[in-house]
Amino acid sequence: MALITFTNKGIYCKQGDFYIDPWQPVNLAVTTHGHSDHVKPGNKGYLCHDLTKPVLLQRLGADLPVQTLPYGKEISINGVKLSLFPAGHVIGSAQVKLEYKGEICVISGDYKTEYDGISTAFEPVRCHTFVSESTFGLPIYKWQPQAEIFRQIRNWVTDNNNQLKTSVLIAYSLGKAQRLIKNLTGDQAIYVHQSIANLNEAFIHAGVKLPATIKITPDIKKEELQKGIVIVPPALADGKWMKNLLNPSTGICSGWMSVRAGRRWQSADAGFALSDHADWPGLLTAIKNTEAGKVYVTHGFVSPFSKYLNEQGISAREVVTRYGNEEEEVLKET
Amino acid sequence: MKRFAELIQQLEMSNKTNDKIAALISYFSTADEKDKPYVIAMFTGKKPRRPVPTALIREWAVELSGIPAWLFAECYHSVGDLSETIALILPPPDHHTDRKLHEWITDLALLNGQSDAVKKEFIHQAWAGLSTPERFIFNKLISGNFRIGVSGKMLVNAIARQSNTESSKIMHSIMGKWSPDEITYQELVEGKHVNTDNSWPYPFCLAYALDAAPADLGEIRDWQAEWKWDGIRGQIVKRNGELFIWSRGEELITAQFPELHFLKDDLPDGTVIDGEILAVKDGNVQLFSILQQRLNRKTISKSQLRDVPVGFYVYDILEHEGNDIRKEDLASRRKKLEEVLARLSNQQTILLSPVIQFDNWEQLAELRETSRTNNSEGIMLKKLSSLYHSGRKRGDWWKWKINPYTVDAVMIYAQKGSGRRANHFTDYTFAVSDGEHLITIAKAYSGLTDNEIKEVDSFVRKNALEKFGPVRTVKPELVFEIAFEGIAVSKRHKAGLALRFPRIMRWRKDKKVTEINTLDDLRQLLASTYAAEKE
Repeated sequence: MALITFTNKGIYCKQGDFYIDPWQPVNLAVTTHGHSDHVKPGNKGYLCHDLTKPVLLQRLGADLPVQTLPYGKEISINGVKLSLFPAGHVIGSAQVKLEYKGEICVISGDYKTEYDGISTAFEPVRCHTFVSESTFGLPIYKWQPQAEIFRQIRNWVTDNNNQLKTSVLIAYSLGKAQRLIKNLTGDQAIYVHQSIANLNEAFIHAGVKLPATIKITPDIKKEELQKGIVIVPPALADGKWMKNLLNPSTGICSGWMSVRAGRRWQSADAGFALSDHADWPGLLTAIKNTEAGKVYVTHGFVSPFSKYLNEQGISAREVVTRYGNEEEEVLKET
Repeated sequence: MKRFAELIQQLEMSNKTNDKIAALISYFSTADEKDKPYVIAMFTGKKPRRPVPTALIREWAVELSGIPAWLFAECYHSVGDLSETIALILPPPDHHTDRKLHEWITDLALLNGQSDAVKKEFIHQAWAGLSTPERFIFNKLISGNFRIGVSGKMLVNAIARQSNTESSKIMHSIMGKWSPDEITYQELVEGKHVNTDNSWPYPFCLAYALDAAPADLGEIRDWQAEWKWDGIRGQIVKRNGELFIWSRGEELITAQFPELHFLKDDLPDGTVIDGEILAVKDGNVQLFSILQQRLNRKTISKSQLRDVPVGFYVYDILEHEGNDIRKEDLASRRKKLEEVLARLSNQQTILLSPVIQFDNWEQLAELRETSRTNNSEGIMLKKLSSLYHSGRKRGDWWKWKINPYTVDAVMIYAQKGSGRRANHFTDYTFAVSDGEHLITIAKAYSGLTDNEIKEVDSFVRKNALEKFGPVRTVKPELVFEIAFEGIAVSKRHKAGLALRFPRIMRWRKDKKVTEINTLDDLRQLLASTYAAEKE
């Protein structure tokens, strides 16, 4: 009997009687990370990595019944051995490893293979069955090293400073924001929107070392913001809020920015192809390293990616899930 | 080429006209002298001969990238641009080639007539030495299709400001006959070439859509009303014994309309007239769909000449006795036009676009309602004191179009768009009901806001029933009001009719699929328009 099945509530482990990232309320939700397409309210219990707990408490309620695990520690649930391994997607993001009678299955949630300087680096886990996302599962997506992207962002900030423009970076409050803060800290002060500041506080409280940032409040002068770097979630990108800034120039940080259509669709002044998901080579390498004989492909370019894997001799199947809408989370957040 | 790639990135980064003009001015102030005329040629659609067919370029890119052809096709659907897809899937460059834009263009031109092996070697070498943004530009140079969100007017304004020259002079100069390998930027700005060339046309004067009540325009005696013809705008140039017909798209279409060639003998030298090419049979203007049978053909058969004769309805004169008279007012130009036309031997093919007589705005509004009976699109209002402007200028010329026909239809297929719309389902196919069935009647892809597109896109993703390549069959649920300009019998379409220029007017969230129009409704409309034509 298979270790996992795909049900209308989510990914289910029958032997252990728990779900991984379910989208309908269940008894136990093993949670890969805190983005709202992977974790929903209403479950009787949650199990996640130590650093995902502060995110869940903040987003779903301070009294949420959350149990945590560090990376690599194994526990047993109804005879199924469960452990978490770093997924490198955002702080605290985890791949879920299940083992039962010698059969190993890994559910990766969202992942990226490049180390971003703040999330624990992705670790390949050998398994028989691997569940992989495919957000950027086309060969057109090949990321440049993040050092190069950050060089571009810094140049852009310098240009903005010279032209007396306010640099506004658009980034998800969980993940991309902390990555930007960690890698851009230096000459300019970094100003963050409330939703980002709250998460940062929770992370710092949980022991994450984050560079200092300043929460944007009405009494901060526009001229100060103009000299620094402002980071806000996507929901604020087009809003009235931007009108309060002096000559704002917006930059979107997302993997979609590597394609012109993606850049032009968003009405931003600059696009930086910085993604928290694996690119095409990253996905292929990750899958190869698991040595899995069976791959389930979830959210993204599901069909072409599965087809390609099958042609390469890796048995792959398309799976319909409700993942892949991180944007909604940020829109609701404000 | 690096500087040009930078310009393209700047142009694409901003959607503000001022930023784009600033980027262009900066480019024309700093770029390589020889590159500049090529850039102007590219932005104004002057295409060199394509040295390598697209199919070959695509084949070589697939081969180099080592991915299967079907996967390349998937990538192309997602990116929405072939040159960009190729730039993205190629293996990373192994060196960097730094060459000027005009050098690349010249070398590409030299590939014409070479063997495929030579071409392949050249293209491979080029790709291996260029970064992704530069490869994109390079691929665009091969295809010659460089649409980058720079309008002709924007380019002209930038050059005018950069060179401190009047913009009408620049426009005139760019529209003339020139070749980027034979002219310098300075010569182009000064426009020397246009003085020796007989064919050069004037920029068309364009009208804005009337957005207020006509009564707000003031006294009726200050205005001239004409029918707004539904054909193709044309400019006829006769100089030094030569005749040229230009389209609005600034293309020479002289050969397509032999009916007008008698003007070579009839029109005096130094005459330029502006009007509309229409299908005219027995003195009646025909529907645009009829004229379409004559457009964009390399050869015109005798039966086409017989079945779809064309005529030219003239409404303005720009050059008279060799003088540019665009600065004279409309009233005086019209008088000269009437005199010129009166002297023509053939008065059936060239006609003066009639002036509509009216006593007050209410009466004109009533006349406008009858526009469809003479197959016009409404009424043009031109101020009698107006000059012939270059391009669009508010206030002097207005088009007062009749409201389009509309039909409520349900979306049944969706497809991803291309270019900026790639990755979103933006192209939809609509159906009306035919008894128990739905039957497709139109495809449309404009008229929704970005937010609405996102909403429809999310509906399509959740309600896709089947997929055929890039096309999704969706649950028939979303109802849209489709506007269109005309309706005609069509053997090619299952519905037996085709709508002209269909577009989404609005999303009828208030309507259910049971409330859409029927095929019979459209058949009735078709019957009534044909009846009108016969009257």
